Amino acid sequence: MSTQANGNVGIVIVSHSPDVAKGTAEMVRQMVGEEVPLAFCGGNPDGGLGTSVEAILAAIDRAWSEAGVAILVDLGGAETNSEMAIEMQPEARAGRIVVCNAPIVEGAVIAATEASGGASLETVRRTAEELSPA
Amino acid sequence: MIDEAKKRALIEAMAAAMVGHAEELTALDQAIGDGDHGLNMKRGFEAVLADKDVIAAKPLPDALKAIGTTLVMKVGGASGPLYGTLALALAKELPADPSRDDLARALRGAIAAVKARGKSESGQKTMLDVLEPVAAALENGADPVTAANGAAEATIPLKAIRGRAAFLGDRSIGHMDPGARSSALLVAAIAGVLEGGSNGGG
Repeated sequence: MSTQANGNVGIVIVSHSPDVAKGTAEMVRQMVGEEVPLAFCGGNPDGGLGTSVEAILAAIDRAWSEAGVAILVDLGGAETNSEMAIEMQPEARAGRIVVCNAPIVEGAVIAATEASGGASLETVRRTAEELSPA
Repeated sequence: MIDEAKKRALIEAMAAAMVGHAEELTALDQAIGDGDHGLNMKRGFEAVLADKDVIAAKPLPDALKAIGTTLVMKVGGASGPLYGTLALALAKELPADPSRDDLARALRGAIAAVKARGKSESGQKTMLDVLEPVAAALENGADPVTAANGAAEATIPLKAIRGRAAFLGDRSIGHMDPGARSSALLVAAIAGVLEGGSNGGG
């Protein structure tokens, strides 16, 4: 789709647990390789279980790709905080970051697999969301 | 008139309410959520409190914007974006020296923003179930604190549809919603400062 190094959709993993976020990212790297910009974050601003908008903003920056970024989340606050982080993005990124309604581990692996083949953000999201029960 | 001293008093009162009730909020959240609401709100409002002098020196809309941004960044749970959005929306809607009518109108606008953020409606056992009756009380000349406390109690028989508590389904019935409780506590803290002021008009 693109010959740019950052031409593939980036993946961001947001879990309440730093360990889950890190472990999920390790699975993505092992199963999908280095072809996809990937970042993860987990834990609240004090380092306990939870999520942090500040950390999500930083993760989006690290995984940023002109093709967009797909975010995989675990539970409630991870989703709400990710949506907040998306709204706080600069205008130039508008519409190019989505939260996938998919299980975090399976969703991250399948989204990254799709992204590594150069799929569009919408295709990456749709593929990840096929994992969710209707 | 919400002057600098009053803004500082509002921040102190809200922080005291959240710090003083952190354990109670956490206990409510342990019953039907993930048990972090008290700690999260305490962390967020302690961060606001640490900046109180800087925030209180700003005009009211800018002060609310600073409070909202701090809550978004520091709370660490879903309540951060939800309360943050509430404050940020109030910041957009309120004039520097609001009347009670301005408060009611701004709160209605802020409630709409919280609904959009949480993809939620009233009756789903959330903070909205307190905020809407408070807006109605402001509009109808009723006491917002009485309305808030009654509305928080009224979340006990409700079944959660949004948030973590929704996983529990029918088992969420019989517990007060922690977000409804924290909203009622904040309403009481705010009213205590505004009504304790010069004209008592609230």
